[in-house]
Amino acid sequence: MSYLPYLLAVWIFLVGLFGIVRSRNFIHLVVCLSVTQSSTYVLLLSIGYVKGGTAPIFKDVKPGTKAVDPVVQALTLTDIVVSVTVAALLLSLAILGKHHAGTMDPEELHPMQG
Amino acid sequence: MDVLIPLPVAIPLLAAAFLTAFGHFMGPRLDDVIGLAAAAATATISLLLLFDASGHDLVYWFGGWRPRDGVAIGIAFTIDAFGAGVASLVGVLVTAALAFSWRYFDEVGTLFHVLMLVFLGAMIGFALSGDLFNMFVWFELMSVAAYALTGYRVEEASPLEGAINFAVTNSVGSFCILFGTGLLYARTGALNLAQIGHTLAGHQADGLVVAAFALLIGGLLVKAAVVPFHFWLADAHAVAPTPVCVLFSGIMVELGIYGVARIYWTVFAGVPETHGPGFRAVLLGFGTAGALVGGTMCFLQRHLKRLLAYSTISHAGIFLIGIALLSAKGLAGSAAYVLSHGLLKGALFLCVGILLNKLSSVDELVLQRRGRELPLTGAVFALCAIAIAGPPPFGTFLGKSLIDEGATALDYHWIPLVVTVASILTSGAMLRAAGRIFLGLGASSEPYLSEEPDEQHEVEREPGRSQYLMLVPVVALAVAGIGISLVPGLEHHTEAAASRFRDTHAYVDGVLNGHQPHHAVLNFDLLTLTAPSVLWGIASALGAVLLAVAALNRERLRPGVVKASLHWLNRGLDPIRALHSGAIGDYVTWLVVGMTVLGGLFAVVVR
Amino acid sequence: MTRRIRLTVFGVAAAGFAALLIWGTLGIPDFGHYRGRYGQILNHAAVKERQTTNTVTAIVFDYRGLDTMGEEFILFASVTGVALLLREQRKDVPRPRDEVRNEAVRAIGICLVPAVLTLGLWVVAHGAITPGGGFQGGVILSATFLLVWLAGSLRTYVRLTPTPYVDLTEGTGVGGFVVTGLIALLIGMPFLHNLLPYGLAGKLSSGGSLPILNWATGLAVTAAFLLLYSEFLEERSFVIAGKHK
Repeated sequence: MSYLPYLLAVWIFLVGLFGIVRSRNFIHLVVCLSVTQSSTYVLLLSIGYVKGGTAPIFKDVKPGTKAVDPVVQALTLTDIVVSVTVAALLLSLAILGKHHAGTMDPEELHPMQG
Repeated sequence: MDVLIPLPVAIPLLAAAFLTAFGHFMGPRLDDVIGLAAAAATATISLLLLFDASGHDLVYWFGGWRPRDGVAIGIAFTIDAFGAGVASLVGVLVTAALAFSWRYFDEVGTLFHVLMLVFLGAMIGFALSGDLFNMFVWFELMSVAAYALTGYRVEEASPLEGAINFAVTNSVGSFCILFGTGLLYARTGALNLAQIGHTLAGHQADGLVVAAFALLIGGLLVKAAVVPFHFWLADAHAVAPTPVCVLFSGIMVELGIYGVARIYWTVFAGVPETHGPGFRAVLLGFGTAGALVGGTMCFLQRHLKRLLAYSTISHAGIFLIGIALLSAKGLAGSAAYVLSHGLLKGALFLCVGILLNKLSSVDELVLQRRGRELPLTGAVFALCAIAIAGPPPFGTFLGKSLIDEGATALDYHWIPLVVTVASILTSGAMLRAAGRIFLGLGASSEPYLSEEPDEQHEVEREPGRSQYLMLVPVVALAVAGIGISLVPGLEHHTEAAASRFRDTHAYVDGVLNGHQPHHAVLNFDLLTLTAPSVLWGIASALGAVLLAVAALNRERLRPGVVKASLHWLNRGLDPIRALHSGAIGDYVTWLVVGMTVLGGLFAVVVR
Repeated sequence: MTRRIRLTVFGVAAAGFAALLIWGTLGIPDFGHYRGRYGQILNHAAVKERQTTNTVTAIVFDYRGLDTMGEEFILFASVTGVALLLREQRKDVPRPRDEVRNEAVRAIGICLVPAVLTLGLWVVAHGAITPGGGFQGGVILSATFLLVWLAGSLRTYVRLTPTPYVDLTEGTGVGGFVVTGLIALLIGMPFLHNLLPYGLAGKLSSGGSLPILNWATGLAVTAAFLLLYSEFLEERSFVIAGKHK
């Protein structure tokens, strides 16, 4: 049971990649990319968990009480911002695709071969 | 001197913020001026840091948070000669690109300059940083700015695909890096490179270390466009505006290679079993594949920007070969090669930019003979194409000779051959294109070239620009690139810097304990010319010329046997061509294949 | 590659990749038993050294402030990119009349706007003390403006968020972060060194220069999201105006 969160992170990563590989719609592809990224949140936050630890906020709690790792939380915050920004850019590209090619299907856009 | 360290990152970012905040209230030319000034200032400061760092490594703790009880709690910039050198190259190339694009992107207001400045700051941050997660942050910033710059002027369906392929593939690469960072943090409790290396050193690699290594190196190799992670590069280059292509090929890809070297030598070099021939073989395999596949695909292109992009993939393979040797000579060779390649590739792309501006096309066959009105551009293009093959003692000769010497010292006698073949293919393709465009030689159709690119989207906005004004940054880069191997003392300095780069113990000591011994490096000898290197260099340059001539005179090749075998060769290349399909699903699939192979091979070698 | 071949190749590769990742994660300490010193040192030190009770905010804006600076610029670059990509599509398109007519929706919207605004400001201000901070609060603040559109009309939204001033806010926010770091440099301290007196833990003014960075981030994030919303809302009105099949 103590291994489950990490297994979950791996599973989410792969499921997201699977979605990207077989995607037929750009919006779907962007969401799959976000799903893949969310696996890193799960991994980071699970790593930092300390059994019986409180949140690393010491307003009403004495400093020095057992708390979970705050560094991974800061890392996850950055990670989430990155995810949002990349998604925004990709969605703009998807919109442009619809404007000019009339399609949202990655397979139908005229591929540049060779 | 320390006060200068944050500036190469702070100045471009501050300039970008300033342009956004006050762009609407400023006059029209001011964004060009501010952008160029910020880039030039950044390049100058990076060069100053380079001179300082050749004496001793610089370590700078942000926020004043020095290590406590041997645990690093803040973020550090650790600047050695290679980091500062890469940062200087970034600064120089961005300055040249901004100079070239003077008044190029007027209709978007300040947006282009803002993104270029952010791109500049991020690349320098990545080169100078000594903290794994901080490197990731700069890596992402660099990527986001790049995605946006690629998609600019997206007006047709094909170009859109280039930007999307780029964004999705590189994002997956960065997820791998992040996953690897998480794994290392779980094991070592640290994000500082020196500290992670210190903690991992001496312990046999277990599953976590192998997986983390594969993920980190693999993610960086995506950025470095090494086979099989390379598919996105040509698509992105075909789409992005020319000044941006200069940066992608000239330095962004190289930063991936630099990242691989940096992370290997600071974090993993202390782990047992990471120095042997098995380990070398893994990286050599990927590098060789990249060099040859890139070279082959380069020759099959008629779209000039894709041609240059595939040549970058080929050269990136050679950079990886140099690093894969794991020796000081190999590393020094890659560094010198990166330097000369960046300058020359930048000049080549800017020449294509001039062609695009004046003749409105990047198709080699369409441009046939039309380049005659641009003789100066043609001359520079051809010279740079030859120089990139490394004829002694010009261009990339120093880098290639160091790699060749390093390879033969370790008994890999086939490496100089591979490097030469790759150079012949890439420079041959460029010379063929030059011959066709500027001299009108060659047939008007070639069955082996890839299909015709869409014409409509490559339309220039300002046809009235003077060719000579545009040539200024081109000539500057070309002269620097061609003559770089002749800089006195460069060979000795590069090798000394490479030895220091590989010294993990000294790195950890310097970062965590603050000991920075001073290295006296006052050697200004010209480069040494060894007979084998000279021969390989001449072979590359001559081979490229011969290949170009043969290609341009394909119809006249006498023996029917030759023609028939070329026909079958062409058919045989179809599978490779088909792999480069442009479909994002394929690219991600190959990425996963590459990661798995990399991880599997590391597991076998390191245990 | 055809789809069949691609999925087969992917299936095999993914199986191998999964094996690699699982093997890697087996080496992580058991869930709940993490013993990393970095986090522990900071948990014990943040209150004493910087008078901030929220260790995560102390890390984000002080101990690892450079990461946050980069992160802010990632948001900044992305928004600039979106503006760059979506710029050409909508010249000379009349903005459609999309006003909300339902009285109940408008009433609730009017009541919610000040509430959400206050919440957003509160979350930003208390970043150093309780969970929250510039990023979180900035997003909430941008939602205030979105509520104006949701409960009102696009015209009102656009009038409230003129692009030059939103750009000014964004530039000031990200630039403010860099300038704060540079000021430290000017007075001889390392970049992004904490400058101001730390105050008392638990008070709004604690943390030294942390509140400055916090507010700069809040401004930048708010402005960035407002720009994003503008771009996508304009796209939407373009679609509604029938310029698309």
